[in-house]
Amino acid sequence: MPTDWTIRAITRAMLPVLLVLTVIEIGSGLVLGTFEGDLLRYPSLLILVPVTIGTAGNLGSILAARLSTAFHLGTLSFSAEDDMLAGNALATVALALTVFPVIGLGAWGLAVLTGGAKLAAGTVVFVAVSSGAVLAVLAVVVTAIATYAAYRRGLDPDDVVIPVVTNTCDVLGVVVLFAVVTVVVP
Amino acid sequence: MTRRSVAVEAYKEGLPALSASLVGGLLAGVVLGGMRSDLQTVDGLLVLVPALLATRGNVYGSLGARLATALHQGLLEPRVSEADDKLLRAVAAAIANGLLASVFAAVVATLALAGLGRASAGLLTFATIAVVAGLLSGLALSATVVLVVFAGYRRGYNPDTLVGPIVTTAGDVFGIAALLIAVRSVVAVLGGG
Repeated sequence: MPTDWTIRAITRAMLPVLLVLTVIEIGSGLVLGTFEGDLLRYPSLLILVPVTIGTAGNLGSILAARLSTAFHLGTLSFSAEDDMLAGNALATVALALTVFPVIGLGAWGLAVLTGGAKLAAGTVVFVAVSSGAVLAVLAVVVTAIATYAAYRRGLDPDDVVIPVVTNTCDVLGVVVLFAVVTVVVP
Repeated sequence: MTRRSVAVEAYKEGLPALSASLVGGLLAGVVLGGMRSDLQTVDGLLVLVPALLATRGNVYGSLGARLATALHQGLLEPRVSEADDKLLRAVAAAIANGLLASVFAAVVATLALAGLGRASAGLLTFATIAVVAGLLSGLALSATVVLVVFAGYRRGYNPDTLVGPIVTTAGDVFGIAALLIAVRSVVAVLGGG
């Protein structure tokens, strides 16, 4: 068993990482705060926030879990030619392009149902899909780097990579959404 | 395995979890969308939102993973009625760590907002909201994680694959719902910031 099941042992294993990740997440909250005006003006964009953050984090964590397992099984090598890496990267982009159109349409539809959407459906879907596409590519890059770094430092990728990647992708989710909204929304 | 077969397998494995979290994320979004007036009443509240949601995912994801491992190793009986102190300690540790991280988030948010000269409701309001929301979502998430992991395991599912989707979906929904309740009750008692 990795840690004893005492409150002290669990806290010692968990709290330091948790506090570092909290600081990072406050960083993403500060970015969110800078376009609070847009988010309050357009309910569809506010509805997009948790689902974009969550999906970005999940894309990263699914990929990280798969790469960690492949790494443990010895079927992963860190080269752009590697089929395991390339196939998983491809799947991440395909997953993003599958779910983000649904996310965009869902956010717009729910805004209509709950008090009115001020943006056109096409605009919200475009914001979601372009954010999703950029996030998928970033998730691949971050996960590959984090898994490689853990491997080089002799750390078990299962312990380190998944929380780091999930939270980094959370933050990138907000940053990318902010960038796309700034460019697309008048 | 070829590149194509790897991609197809990864896609098929990822889609159900992503779809579950999509539903949870959109529901959370609707609640957040309904909190527009609260976000205006409590200055700087939005800054806390990602940290509070991520804490739920990190803490209760870790609790779920711990339970899954113990079930696999036969160190835990998958029945709440037969639960021993060990299970209670794991849940108590998760809730305690969730509360510590939430209060820490309130402190960091207050300092960052002050440093940047942005409007802020202040430490007392943030910390009280963080504690109330952390406690409410902690109780709901602990119960969900324990019950679903146990029930899934008894029915022959691998608890490891259940934990991710459950925690991201329930974490978003309960996390935001708890935040809504916390903000409204704290504002009612302390007044806005």
